[in-house]
Amino acid sequence: MGDFLQALNDFAFLRRALFAGLMASVACGVVGTYVVTRRITAIAGSLAHAVLGGMGAAYWLRATRGWEWLHPLHGAVAAAVVGALLLGLARARLREREETVISALWAVGMAAGILFLFQTPGYKADLMTYLFGNVVLVDAGAMRLLVGLDLAVLLVAFLFYNPLLAVCFDEEFARLRGVNVSFFYTLLLVLSALTIVTLVYVVGVVLVIALLTLPVSVAGKFSAKLWQMMVGAALLSGVFTTAGLALGYGADLPVGAVTILLAAAVFLAAHAGAGLLRRRNR
Amino acid sequence: MSAELHPHSPPPAICIRDVAFAYGRHEVLRDVDLDVADGDFVSIIGPNGGGKTTLLRLILGLLHPDRGSVRVLGRAPRDARLRVGYMPQHANLDPMFPVTVLDVVLMGRLGRRLPFGPFTRKDTAAALESLDDAGAADLRDRPFSDLSGGQRQRVLIARALACTPDLLLLDEPTASLDPGVQDDLYELLHRLNERMTVILVSHDVSVVSRHVRQVICVNVEVAQHPSTAITGELARLFSSDARLVRHDHDTGHGGHDHG
Repeated sequence: MGDFLQALNDFAFLRRALFAGLMASVACGVVGTYVVTRRITAIAGSLAHAVLGGMGAAYWLRATRGWEWLHPLHGAVAAAVVGALLLGLARARLREREETVISALWAVGMAAGILFLFQTPGYKADLMTYLFGNVVLVDAGAMRLLVGLDLAVLLVAFLFYNPLLAVCFDEEFARLRGVNVSFFYTLLLVLSALTIVTLVYVVGVVLVIALLTLPVSVAGKFSAKLWQMMVGAALLSGVFTTAGLALGYGADLPVGAVTILLAAAVFLAAHAGAGLLRRRNR
Repeated sequence: MSAELHPHSPPPAICIRDVAFAYGRHEVLRDVDLDVADGDFVSIIGPNGGGKTTLLRLILGLLHPDRGSVRVLGRAPRDARLRVGYMPQHANLDPMFPVTVLDVVLMGRLGRRLPFGPFTRKDTAAALESLDDAGAADLRDRPFSDLSGGQRQRVLIARALACTPDLLLLDEPTASLDPGVQDDLYELLHRLNERMTVILVSHDVSVVSRHVRQVICVNVEVAQHPSTAITGELARLFSSDARLVRHDHDTGHGGHDHG
């Protein structure tokens, strides 16, 4: 632990990584709560993989067109928003085919990402980096983007807390109260997609779904209200990403994978503990 | 409420003319005419799959008839929505959802405010008054997931009341409740009926006919009866689903006469 603090002091990239993790955790707790209670984790997984396609495309365009201003995160945001709008449309227009569109987006995003990265000349970006995260990639440019995204997600989630809650709890009733349900559902997908982008460097597209859901599930054990679940999940995510970074850095292990396994261990312990308590009270 | 006393008497709560509805080729409702007067207390009954829910969804404007017209409070269903309080079956809701009772009731205020920002003190006051009306004021801070079936029904009625409705629509409000709890709930609905029209969907005519003034039988076609007509023999006939189905076969196309 002392080593980690010393390293934090010595290396700017570690400080950025820590900050990026903590910041992403806030969006993760808030939006993850919507994702879990609205039961759209499969959709979130699909959006995460669509993000890979966008990042690959941005990487490729920058290398082949010389667009130095184009950051992979720009591609990630574009793909996330387009994917969210597509899935929102799929739900509104072709209910029974929604599943198909979700799976297709999942695989197509992944395939496109792999092809673009494969075709990118010169420096070969490491595919593993995007799949499983690499906090070292959080450079100053990425940091600015991530902060902006995080603030935007939190502002929207705060402003529209009530209609979003109503749409998650009882969509039909919300519709009858004049709430534009399709709009808010799509908004929720866009928020999920952007949150996934903030997490991409921390845990990568494959693991992001676990960080979006596990802390929420643990927090749910202690929450009577949606916002309590959000706060609890954000705090837990912060603990997981920080501990993951410290452990991963100390033991020279992939940070994303360590983070997720930590989250899973706490998730299991919380559920086992709750089960034991229930049995004792019976 | 006589016409002489109220020359501009309010429009009927429901006026349905010549409505037909089908899911694809599957005909659900046919030749439906229906009138529910302002201030009435009626029950929609019928076998499962007979079109009760479809009729309800047409009234709510969630479905559109293939032909014919539906008017609610004198308007198109979509335009009447904000004056209709709807109580769904609580079994359709996620029982583990992290909301308190007050959170749930506040959702009834959504149509009467800006779509963003927190609820105001006025919203909260109205929600608490609705909870009180529904006899559930003591539950306000309880997690919705902790409540019994009867308590949930009351909270969902309170949510519908928070819409300050002129028409209260309830889907199976007494389903799976103990008889004592059912009676309490009907007493509440009677009290609310002094202020608004009440329409409830039920599968149990023997209980319902003791409480409501009019019964609407739905099985593809629709027939209306004053509840006094549903007595003795008929109540017994209706009391089990199997009998209900046979009853409906017997009436066929020719009519529907309990009289």
